[in-house]
Amino acid sequence: MDLNLLVQLTLNGLIVGTLYGVVAMSFVLIYKASQVVNFAQGEFLLVGAWVCWWFLVDWQLPFWAGFLFTLVFMTLFGLVLQVVVLRPLIGEPVISVIMATIGLGIFFQALMKWIFGVFAKPFPPIFPVERVQVLGLEVQTVYLLSLGISLLIMLAFAWFFTSSKHGLAMRATAFDQQVAQSLGVSVPKVFAMSWAISAVVSAVAGVVVGVVNGVSSALSFYGIKVFPAVILGGLDSILGAVLGGIIIGLLENWAHYVDSQWLNWGNMFQIAPFYALVLILMLKPYGLFGTKNIERV
Amino acid sequence: MAEAPILAAEHVSLRFGGVRALTDVSFEVRPGEIFSIIGPNGAGKTSMVNCVSGRYRPTEGRVTFEGQDITRLGPNRRASLGIGRTFQNLALFGHMSVLDNIMVGRHHLLKAGFLRGMLYWIGGAQREELEHRREVEEIIDFLEIQHVRKAPAGTLPYGLRKRVELARAMAVKPKLILLDEPMAGMNLEEKEDMARFIVDLNEEWGMTVLMIEHDMGVVMDISHRVMVLDFGRKIAEGRPEEVLADPHVRRAYLGEADEVTQPAEETV
Repeated sequence: MDLNLLVQLTLNGLIVGTLYGVVAMSFVLIYKASQVVNFAQGEFLLVGAWVCWWFLVDWQLPFWAGFLFTLVFMTLFGLVLQVVVLRPLIGEPVISVIMATIGLGIFFQALMKWIFGVFAKPFPPIFPVERVQVLGLEVQTVYLLSLGISLLIMLAFAWFFTSSKHGLAMRATAFDQQVAQSLGVSVPKVFAMSWAISAVVSAVAGVVVGVVNGVSSALSFYGIKVFPAVILGGLDSILGAVLGGIIIGLLENWAHYVDSQWLNWGNMFQIAPFYALVLILMLKPYGLFGTKNIERV
Repeated sequence: MAEAPILAAEHVSLRFGGVRALTDVSFEVRPGEIFSIIGPNGAGKTSMVNCVSGRYRPTEGRVTFEGQDITRLGPNRRASLGIGRTFQNLALFGHMSVLDNIMVGRHHLLKAGFLRGMLYWIGGAQREELEHRREVEEIIDFLEIQHVRKAPAGTLPYGLRKRVELARAMAVKPKLILLDEPMAGMNLEEKEDMARFIVDLNEEWGMTVLMIEHDMGVVMDISHRVMVLDFGRKIAEGRPEEVLADPHVRRAYLGEADEVTQPAEETV
């Protein structure tokens, strides 16, 4: 048994898990506010990362400026997407909306390949030091940054939903649109805002992953990893999404450990979360924190 | 009574497919009065209120509020103009605290936008928020729900939830408040409390009240004027004692079908 590897993988799991948590949170945000299952969540990461890469490489902007412009771009991106594509679908069957988001995913996947090519491209180096020692473990600087940013985003979410005008309006809308409207809340605005925030937050995660692994279409795989996370946590629970993300991050790294030490099946890393997904759906279909739908006839 | 009405419905009809929920209903609510709509089950009372609050759009006719035509406005715009409402079936945000529920009612009055909200501690958002908190606390005091302000609304007993819902509607700062069966399912004591609140919010807070209520005792006690609907048509309107004496009303309430009208159903 390689204890050092186990600790290293656990740390990896935590860091990647918080990233999953962030993406899952932005997925849940859309689902909660507008009841749309967004299959294009992973493409939000992809678009965000490519746009940031474009600002940094083609425009030679310093990182902070490129990053800031990316956030502005993604806000508009989310807004336009909601208003142009999803608003007309309000009231349509769930399956149509799901098909539309799958379509969006494929579209942006292809568009990014068309514009930026099919090969992974690295970000220019952002930190002078690539790795630092934390408690005797080698950690990439960008991973630490990622952990910091993720926690910051989570705190911002918590503040937003408990103390801000729009956060309250969003929770109210998620609970009952008609009642929220009768209190002066504009539901279309809430929908648009949820997409904008979700796009921005996903893009942050996309940039972080891009800096670590380079930007390529593999980024959108995060959008699929989100499903085990949110299903574990409960589709409509923000807290559940965060915990689900962390658990999935740990799970895949531990699965990798078990695999590399004893099983040698290969690829457990990728598959374990989906075994978990199936198990959860069998045992606890509403997730750890999700609300049960009670049908009244 | 030369005063301009605060709310006027003009020849309002509402159809759902072939079902006529409302047929040619006109009425006016004057500023400062308590106006009640009564009628047997399925008479179209809630449909009428929904036409005023914006949940339904009348098939024909129009609705004006303070002289402005609001027939085409969405519910949230009407709330901003000053029309608040409560719902027949409790519609609180169950897992949110009582205070948060009420603060949602404040939404359209909070000017601080998203960015200013971000600068919460620096900008004027905090001062604005304090002012709103003060007014919300006044409403909470008035409705005697101080002791539950931090509790999740879904955990409260029924009578208190009704009060929280009223508080939330009052937080919108409405000029006209629509109460859909504010006393349904209450015991006598709770009803008396609620009646007192309604009279006080009318007299002391200056809110005009449009109310649907089944409890005839309460309606006759506190209403200034009453309109009676039956099968989607207005069959009487006037002071409570006039309405009670009206032969059409007696017939509707004694259960004899009026021979000229077709039965209609509320679809909700």
